[in-house]
Amino acid sequence: MRNIFIFLRHYSHLLLLLFLQAICIYFIVSYSKTHQAAFSNTMNNFTGKINGQYNKVEYYFNLSRTNDSLVKANEILYNKLRNNFNIPDSANKLVVDSVRIDSLIRYRKFNYLSAKVVSNSVSLQSNFIVITGENVKLFKKGMGVVGVNNDVVGVITEVDGDYAVVMSLLHKDNSKISGKLFKGTETGTIIWNGVQPNILSLTNIPKSAKVAKGDSIITSGYSAFFPKGILIGRVIDVKPETANNNFKITFKSAADFYNLEYVYAIQSIDAEPINNILEKNKAATN
Amino acid sequence: MSVLVKNILRAILFMLVQVFVLDKIVLHQMVTPYIYFLFVLWLPFKMSRAWLMIIAFVYGFILDSFQHNPGFHAAACVLIAYIRPFLVNIFIPQEGADTNFAEPSIKSMGGILPYAFFMTVLSLFHNAWLFLLEAWQFGNFWYFLFKTILSTVISILLIIITELIFVRKQKFRTNTV
Repeated sequence: MRNIFIFLRHYSHLLLLLFLQAICIYFIVSYSKTHQAAFSNTMNNFTGKINGQYNKVEYYFNLSRTNDSLVKANEILYNKLRNNFNIPDSANKLVVDSVRIDSLIRYRKFNYLSAKVVSNSVSLQSNFIVITGENVKLFKKGMGVVGVNNDVVGVITEVDGDYAVVMSLLHKDNSKISGKLFKGTETGTIIWNGVQPNILSLTNIPKSAKVAKGDSIITSGYSAFFPKGILIGRVIDVKPETANNNFKITFKSAADFYNLEYVYAIQSIDAEPINNILEKNKAATN
Repeated sequence: MSVLVKNILRAILFMLVQVFVLDKIVLHQMVTPYIYFLFVLWLPFKMSRAWLMIIAFVYGFILDSFQHNPGFHAAACVLIAYIRPFLVNIFIPQEGADTNFAEPSIKSMGGILPYAFFMTVLSLFHNAWLFLLEAWQFGNFWYFLFKTILSTVISILLIIITELIFVRKQKFRTNTV
């Protein structure tokens, strides 16, 4: 017994080191698996507040760029207005359908909720974006996030208090959003290799697909979190892989991760029933 | 200024510089500039090793929570806090010099060479452990090795700049205390 105490006293510093290292490694392992929990709300709120203060300053320096991107987004939306188009057949006339079931609201599948970015990084291996705003109450884990020009930015992984944490597309090995070639039907997975911000790759596209430089990559719509057809990026390089029958496609992201000020989280109206069915299926097969 | 206030100010300053300046810089994928751990290296000699480790853990954890990736920096900081007293014993020039001065500096370590060794070894340990934890998760060996060496060079450069800008006045205290 005495020897144990002598041992403990002698190696107390080493034991403390091992204990603290064990805590750290536990954090690393558990957090990268589940992407939540390990952090308390207080820590997130604390860093969120400091980031918010910093962002107030940084925001002024980016005002002109933010303005430009909003004007561009507006331009696109104005060009989609119905009275910009001529109806070729003169016999046609516009009729407002009065049947309730046809109204737009009934059929709405996705809802855009705006949020302000308070912290963002591109230089790490796993980058997170923190967003805040009055809509945060409505945010849920797993909702898709797009930039002001409707291009994919990431997925919400954590919501607490006034802040939500978004896992950016620039997240090595973890951000697995499915993407699709605009000109084809092939669907692949988007990964970031951690090398250069804004440059990502699309995997699992077979060599039978027709891909060229400059092609658009869009969301597939298979997950309930993004509507189909949101721009992810444009192809800058296509190489055949030697090991398997796939292409190695490198593309530049449409969203500019260096410069995010506002984003929209996409609320999917169908997400809940889809998830319920999936869970039921999982329970049935287990 | 009391030692406590000075160290708290230092901690805040280094943290802000790390989070809002250095973490925003994208130099190259192989280079991640780190300076914040200089706070741990500059803590007073008198502090016991257990306190060093606990403070380093908390400090690293705060940086981790800014990056939403807990564990990495806390682990690296705890490691250098553990190794620091050994190195102080090796590099300090004569018996009792660590009681004459408050904290590690060029003057208290007895010249630029021992101090440079002290800083290099600890930056190397910090970066190596940090990138090892990252590589074990995400990468391969050569990537880890080059990243450690290049980042350590940048860290040392940053430490030299910091030493040049903020000249610390070290008071000599007699060892009769």
